[in-house]
Amino acid sequence: MADPVANTGSTATTPDGGVDNLIQVENLEVRFYTQVGVVRALNGVDFNIPRGQVLGVVGESGSGKSITGLSIMQLVPRPGRVEGGRILYKDKPDSKTINILDLGRQSDEMRAIRGDDIGMIFQEPMTSLNPVFKVGAQIQEAILLHQTPNKQEAWDRAVDILDKVGMPNARRVANSYPHELSGGMRQRAMIAMALSCSPNLLIADEPTTALDVTTEAQILSLMRDLQSEIGTSIMFITHNMGVVAQMCDEVAVMYLGRIVERATVDDIFYDPKHPYTISLLRSIPRLGQKRGQRLEVIKGGVPDPYSTVTGCPFHPRCPSFMPGLCDTVLPIEAFIEGKTNHTVRCHLYPGCTPDSDQAVTGVSGTIPTTSKAQ
Amino acid sequence: MVNFIARRLIAMVITLLFISIIAFFLIELPPGSALDAELLRLRSRGGNLSLSQVRELEERFGVHDPWQEKYFKWVGGLFRGDFGYSFRYSREVGPLIAGRLGFSLLLAGTSLLFAWLVSIPLGVYSATHRNTIPDYIITTIQFVGVAVPEFLLALVLMVFAARFLGADVGGLFSRQYEAAPWSWGKVWDLMKHLWLPVIVVSAGSTAWLTRVMRANLLDVLNAQYVQTARAKGLKENAVVWKHAVRNALHPLIMTLGGVLPALIGGEVIASIVLNLPTAGPLFIEALRNQDMYLAITFLMFTSVLLVIGNLLADLLLAWVDPRVRLE
Repeated sequence: MADPVANTGSTATTPDGGVDNLIQVENLEVRFYTQVGVVRALNGVDFNIPRGQVLGVVGESGSGKSITGLSIMQLVPRPGRVEGGRILYKDKPDSKTINILDLGRQSDEMRAIRGDDIGMIFQEPMTSLNPVFKVGAQIQEAILLHQTPNKQEAWDRAVDILDKVGMPNARRVANSYPHELSGGMRQRAMIAMALSCSPNLLIADEPTTALDVTTEAQILSLMRDLQSEIGTSIMFITHNMGVVAQMCDEVAVMYLGRIVERATVDDIFYDPKHPYTISLLRSIPRLGQKRGQRLEVIKGGVPDPYSTVTGCPFHPRCPSFMPGLCDTVLPIEAFIEGKTNHTVRCHLYPGCTPDSDQAVTGVSGTIPTTSKAQ
Repeated sequence: MVNFIARRLIAMVITLLFISIIAFFLIELPPGSALDAELLRLRSRGGNLSLSQVRELEERFGVHDPWQEKYFKWVGGLFRGDFGYSFRYSREVGPLIAGRLGFSLLLAGTSLLFAWLVSIPLGVYSATHRNTIPDYIITTIQFVGVAVPEFLLALVLMVFAARFLGADVGGLFSRQYEAAPWSWGKVWDLMKHLWLPVIVVSAGSTAWLTRVMRANLLDVLNAQYVQTARAKGLKENAVVWKHAVRNALHPLIMTLGGVLPALIGGEVIASIVLNLPTAGPLFIEALRNQDMYLAITFLMFTSVLLVIGNLLADLLLAWVDPRVRLE
């Protein structure tokens, strides 16, 4: 199904000049029905992943980054449920668009997409491989499932792909068990598994967070090389702005289950608009900073997930808070003037404040309560 | 692997040596001896034993020897296949116990197999359908299974089987097969009698193992590698049975060592209630009559089972989990 040759052009445009999006997420809503209350993990997330490009998704813990990735795979764990929205997927530039959410979670169509069209790497390389099976066998399993029924051929391909991700002595690694490999090697093995069927999209959920910086650099450069080689799109979930700068073409900044700013990687770093993005960037320690100079922090913390914040979800922590507006009206997403690829959700910018007659508080259907955060 | 097994075997022998010393010492501790009980019985029958006759008997059986000496005599005998002499039955312990031990092993083995075959699928179902009505039902039955004493279960099932199923309860054979030589008819007759004690003996451990299986699988299902398996596009059944269950089996295997002797222990009560020709009731009798060689043979047999069970558990664990093979 996934043919790497079709992607190698890494064209982000269709023949008619429109943008060729591999994945287009529209108004995605995910909620967790727990015994303590309902957690609104995603509150209408919109973004798209252009074919052959790397999209960075950044945000604090609990902002919904991982759940967004899992939603695309239809693997949101219980008691979470996708409550609304569409995830449109286009296998090839000229193929039919399908809504992934229309497929049953356990349907054959969905399972054919998982692992074959879309691969996923997780945060914890130490626990993401099954301890009781050989590394090679775990990769072989995916190839047998999607590519060839021939066991020997699948095994050979598994060894090949291990070699490709830079494993020294791939044959020996294929025959070892996960506990015999280091963290960095395991993450390479995971990448090999995720790429074994040449997927169109690779969802990488904080793939380097658990690794030391040297290994992190190796893994990142490996992913960059493979990305340019086979043309896979990557959705790169991270909270590390440095990694974003190295890896991504475009960036989506998430806060409390919403995307607050979308732009190219250059615009995010050199011309950030949303106060949250600006604060995030200011809170990175820099070389050349004076001794004793305090690092800027974003005041407060992410609000308790069971409550709903009225108006703009960032207003309790925002340095540019405008009373009467930010705490009552939810900003809508709008393009920055003069840009076609930079959107923001903040009352500071024209177009983001809905017309007064539409000005409803909070998300439709929610009971506005005051945030429990300070 | 050979090294691993060899080391375990040596450890087994040493363990058994210690068990035999301690067991022998403890059985020797209470005042009096099996001979006293025997003498008492002879006297109560009106027989008149002179003091010199008693002396002679005591001398013959070495009643007043220090315990260490008796111990070495006994252990020496074991190697020659001589398990000692039962005063109560006036027979050699070996032949007396052999047939009954066979039935004990059969009952324990079948019960173990039954417990595993039932508890694993039930536990898996319970875990994958957590907080649904079938899960609640299974959980409730588990609690009952763990809580109900064996003798009660045996009585209830006996009444039930006799009344409503018209089954011939009690014993392991019908009368016409009891003394008959082995034939297919006798095997079938044994099967017809065996199911009831198997259920009684395995009820507790089945319930408990189901509980363990459920709890472990719930843990494993949250593991990252289960999500990895799903992300590959595997069917949920393959995810659960191939990737999750194998990682949840460890505690079940670990308990294998303890389950074998526990089944024998459970068998004692069930055998008394159901009148089974197994070794259990004989053991109780032996303890009550201070029939020490019979009692200690039974004790040693249970210990051997415990040690073998542990060895089996270790081997199985090494087979299931490559991480264990390192040591």
